[in-house]
Amino acid sequence: MAVPSVAVQRRPSILSRLAGSRNALGLGFMLPAAALLLVFLTYPLGLGVWLGFTDTRIGRPGIYIGIENYEYLWSDGVFWLSVFNTLLYTVSASILKFVLGLWLALILNEKLPFKSFFRAVVLLPWVVPTVLSAIAFWWIYDSQFSILSWALQQMGLIDHRINFLGDPTNARASVIAANVWRGIPFVAITLLAGLQTIPQSLYEAATLDGASRWQLFRHVTLPLLTPIIAITMTFSVLFTFTDFQLIYVLTRGGPVNATHLMATLSFQRGIAGGQLGEGAAIAVAMIPFLLAAILFSYFGLQRRRWQQGGGD
Amino acid sequence: MASVAIGDVYKSFGATEILHGVSVGIDDGEFVTLVGPSGCGKSTLLRMIAGLEKISRGHISIGSRIVNDVAPKERDVAMVFQNYALYPHMTVAENMAFSLMLKGVPKAESDVGVKRAAEILGLVPLLSRYPRQLSGGQRQRVAMGRAIVRNPQVFLFDEPLSNLDAKLRVQMRAEIKELHQRLKTTTIYVTHDQIEAMTMADKIVVMHDGIVEQIGPPLELYDRPTNLFVASFIGSPAMNLLKGTFANDGAPSFRGAGGVSLPLPKPPSIGNGEAVVLGVRPEHLRLADDGIPVTVAVIEPTGSEVQIIGRTAGGEDIVANFRERHSFAPGETIRLSVEPGPIHLFHGETGRRIEAAR
Repeated sequence: MAVPSVAVQRRPSILSRLAGSRNALGLGFMLPAAALLLVFLTYPLGLGVWLGFTDTRIGRPGIYIGIENYEYLWSDGVFWLSVFNTLLYTVSASILKFVLGLWLALILNEKLPFKSFFRAVVLLPWVVPTVLSAIAFWWIYDSQFSILSWALQQMGLIDHRINFLGDPTNARASVIAANVWRGIPFVAITLLAGLQTIPQSLYEAATLDGASRWQLFRHVTLPLLTPIIAITMTFSVLFTFTDFQLIYVLTRGGPVNATHLMATLSFQRGIAGGQLGEGAAIAVAMIPFLLAAILFSYFGLQRRRWQQGGGD
Repeated sequence: MASVAIGDVYKSFGATEILHGVSVGIDDGEFVTLVGPSGCGKSTLLRMIAGLEKISRGHISIGSRIVNDVAPKERDVAMVFQNYALYPHMTVAENMAFSLMLKGVPKAESDVGVKRAAEILGLVPLLSRYPRQLSGGQRQRVAMGRAIVRNPQVFLFDEPLSNLDAKLRVQMRAEIKELHQRLKTTTIYVTHDQIEAMTMADKIVVMHDGIVEQIGPPLELYDRPTNLFVASFIGSPAMNLLKGTFANDGAPSFRGAGGVSLPLPKPPSIGNGEAVVLGVRPEHLRLADDGIPVTVAVIEPTGSEVQIIGRTAGGEDIVANFRERHSFAPGETIRLSVEPGPIHLFHGETGRRIEAAR
């Protein structure tokens, strides 16, 4: 009678063996995430890269044409204008978001009345869907009904309405301003979180050591905040570089392509214009820039020497 | 170096008053500890001396200057924080040189100062390390080095040893005391550990609930506590306190719960039948055939002495220390009597010390 029971012990069910194995269990937990990544990120990315090497159009499967799309883009002035626009847009918006966001974070870190209220309000631009805030900016920048023009006229500062989105320089400045308005909360709130990790006693020690307010910022706040700044600004740069919605609602790349970013140009050529292959090639051309930003952050994010060594 | 005077200082945070009129005089070169349980206001007082907290009322002066409205950096004091507050992104040398750098002291001169302090504290081999790479004791030393480099008028220590393990704490205690003997800088040291206070200080300020309970040299506090709080706070193990009444029928004596009766040495200045608390230190109890019966509860041998925790017939705990290695058994009844000299008597209601009549 003892024999069958031994046999049962020797051969547990496959299910219980799997449940006992750490590797099988780990694989099981990882599978859903991996499947999502493969289906929704890796496959579209691969497809995009492949399309970039074909002459596919909407409604007509393409054939492999090598780097012809890229050769064409290389000699396309509009493409290079969009590259210039994207870089200008990313660099100026990121710098402004960093400076203003850090400033806002420092203010919010002070002892203020209604502090939590202000912190919540600051997040609003980030929470509102981009399309909604873009439509609001569209009105603000309207050539006829702009509240900005109206207010400045009432104050007597200007005598005719500003052509916000009709003039190339104005249009660039306007979309950058809208992007900065939208992006500041992210920078401010993450930097605020970083500021709050700096122990108060360091400021007290530095005060007793004779530091002025500027010296406190320069020698305590800024160096201790650099790791957070690196993370925040990497994300901010990636978001800005790939921005699409704001531009598409405000200017659709105009006037005369002055605000066309690589993302909007890719959409315009690929979807609106039907040249899927060419649109994909423009999108693929963004990859080197994004990789460069990621590499920059990789080195920026590496633990500094003072962060290494034994724990507490 | 400078003297420090704290004159009738009050501190309120909003409607809550933390300090209710504290006055302490600290002589030039003195080592003073502020000791008391958590929340007694000792750290707040220290931070007010440093200038990190505003003074609500009263005045604090360093040297001959009242510093109420003087900015922290102008006060010429250096503080060692409980968590050391070392700048994590600076090396040991940079941490120590920071104040000199801010003052604009030339690099060569500041290097000399840092090196001198590092030599005093044995930090020379660690100068290029970062705080994270140091042990707790080493960080503590760097924090002290940062204070020494500035050569301030007053050193302030805010519970500097409480993050260290027991052994290191004893070692650093001696190091800080030695450092003070060497530098002779006026030092104010906050701690909740009465042993630290006793071992290090020239003068102890016992604080409780925002007031000063007693100020005096360590042994004076130990031998003549002015009230029940100081009596129970200073000394480890704590003084035995027995509640009872004073009786003076022929010979003055103490009558406690459970029929405890002890003769008192001299007739104290107190009326017959008044409530009193009798205090006796554990080391002043000895075995005697005519003593109070005590049931042994716990026996704790420490090697150098044996500590007995027992219970009187009245149900009060009593602790006795013996240098002899008695071997009692739990549950055994022993008889303890008090050496006649060192008996403390406190008023039953006010808790004030009752002096023996002359």
